Amino acid sequence: MLPRTYFLAFLVLLALLPHVLYPVFLMQLLCMALFACAFNLLLGYTGLLSFGHAAFLGGSAFIAGQAAKVWELPIELSILAGTLTGTLLGVGFGLIAIRKQGIYFAMITLALAQMVFFYALKAPFTGGEDGLQSIPRSNLFGIIDLTHEVTMYYFILALFLAGFLIIFRIIHSPFGQILKSIRENEDRAISLGYRVDRYKLAAFIISAALSGLAGSMKAMVSQVVSLSDVHWSMSGTVVLMTLIGGTGTLFGPIVGAAIIVSMEHYLGEYLGSWVTIIMGVIFVICVLTFRQGVVGELEQRLIKRKLPFQSQDSTS
Amino acid sequence: MAELLGMPPQLFFGQLLLGLINGAFYAMLSLGLAIIFGMLQIVNFAHGATYMVGAFGAWMLMNYLGIGFWPALILTPLIVALLGVILERLVLKHLYDLDHLYGMLATFGLALIIEGLFRQAYGISGLPYEIPTQLQGGTNLGFMFLPNYRAFVVLMSIILCFGTWYLIERTKMGMYLRATTENRELVRAFGIKVPRLITATFALGVGLAAFAGVMAAPIYQVNPLMGNNLIIVIFAVVVIGGMGSILGATLAGYLVGLVEGLTKAYYPEASSTVVFILMIIVLIVRPSGLFGKEQ
Repeated sequence: MLPRTYFLAFLVLLALLPHVLYPVFLMQLLCMALFACAFNLLLGYTGLLSFGHAAFLGGSAFIAGQAAKVWELPIELSILAGTLTGTLLGVGFGLIAIRKQGIYFAMITLALAQMVFFYALKAPFTGGEDGLQSIPRSNLFGIIDLTHEVTMYYFILALFLAGFLIIFRIIHSPFGQILKSIRENEDRAISLGYRVDRYKLAAFIISAALSGLAGSMKAMVSQVVSLSDVHWSMSGTVVLMTLIGGTGTLFGPIVGAAIIVSMEHYLGEYLGSWVTIIMGVIFVICVLTFRQGVVGELEQRLIKRKLPFQSQDSTS
Repeated sequence: MAELLGMPPQLFFGQLLLGLINGAFYAMLSLGLAIIFGMLQIVNFAHGATYMVGAFGAWMLMNYLGIGFWPALILTPLIVALLGVILERLVLKHLYDLDHLYGMLATFGLALIIEGLFRQAYGISGLPYEIPTQLQGGTNLGFMFLPNYRAFVVLMSIILCFGTWYLIERTKMGMYLRATTENRELVRAFGIKVPRLITATFALGVGLAAFAGVMAAPIYQVNPLMGNNLIIVIFAVVVIGGMGSILGATLAGYLVGLVEGLTKAYYPEASSTVVFILMIIVLIVRPSGLFGKEQ
């Protein structure tokens, strides 16, 4: 359940933020937040750890950038092209990886994503080490000028909310319930007659498609796509964002993305490559002591206080 | 023999040798990964970082203490294994009862820390390390020129892999190890100190990676990121060989190296992706890997 007041407060906050903070930073945050939410649909609600999500983010970012820059498509079609790329990659990865579970699944998605990375490294259109630069921002629907950063922010916010609501709907649908049952006990879900593989594949493709949307948005926001977007450390970053915010919670990935992106943004210039080390330390601490994440812990405390004798469901 | 399979034999054998060398490293690394996985049920994401630390260990011993290659070949794995024991006791020990995925995530974090620290200290440009004088030069085999050091690497890798296989399949200690992999509680009930056995296994796996790192130092440059992309190839090798199979990990290591070398000779564009294509084919034809047992 999503308490309506919280959600409204969240909306108002998002609408007001660009007048307080730097809009480009916020847009990048929203892109990563959507990416983390899409990833969480898979890890938190289906119980599958993909270590290859960078391929969906980066692959679709490259195609979206290519569409806008070389094919000169309008921005909405470029984003669509990127999202489709993410979806298709998701179908391909999913069909191969879904036969395996747990660690195997993580390793296979990682290897598949590395293939996409090497392709991006070698393929001429990605610009190799330089990446794809100076991607133009065309007018939205041909009329709205997006070169103004605050206007662009509202466009990105609308896309983010659309993605977020899709995930919200999926989680609270019968389909989402089946995904959760697979996470909790796959064998029982099979014995109840569900074709588990199909549900997992569907969740994987949806997650890949939304990651593709996030990647395309990112390409339009920063107007640059670099190889680091497809590199496997990006897959690690999204795991960290989800974990630190709270796996299997609705708002957790957003909080996690906010923490990590702010850290990179504000501390990056002072600390340089220490940021990677700090991220590693946070990773280890999270895994050892803080597995429910910020939102997970908060929810548990609140629920404990309200309903001391009832079972706690951190997913609601 | 002017032409061999459509190309000059020097080139053909040269690439094959390069593949064999890479395969030797893949085999040593995937072996350690497989042993650790079998015992701790943890996919050690920090394995590539350990290999890098091994290479740096040799470099540091040489440049700070003046200790040469041969002592370093013994000393570095021991030091790294000791560090491995500390890590296992401090971090990994707490993860055994959790989902396997947490082990992978924790070691991922460790890899970030280790590689980050070395990058901070040494930058990302490679540091040179001399080939030991006894192994400089090469032998002319008639059809190709074989550098002595590379022959040594392949030989050592084969000895090491065989030795590890022997240790695990043919000795009493190995029997305890295998028994613990099968049923931890039962082995404990027989009075064997299982936690100590687990620590020893981790130290062994980590030591193997460090050993590979020392041997890699003269061939590839010593670089904080040298294990960074390698670890993913190693994952693919382990998937191809079959998770938890020692023989599978070793043979798949050489196989992947050779296939990579041949691809480099015939179709260089695909040489960095062929491992993953091989992995996909294996997964479709034999989902549990070439030597893996059906679950």
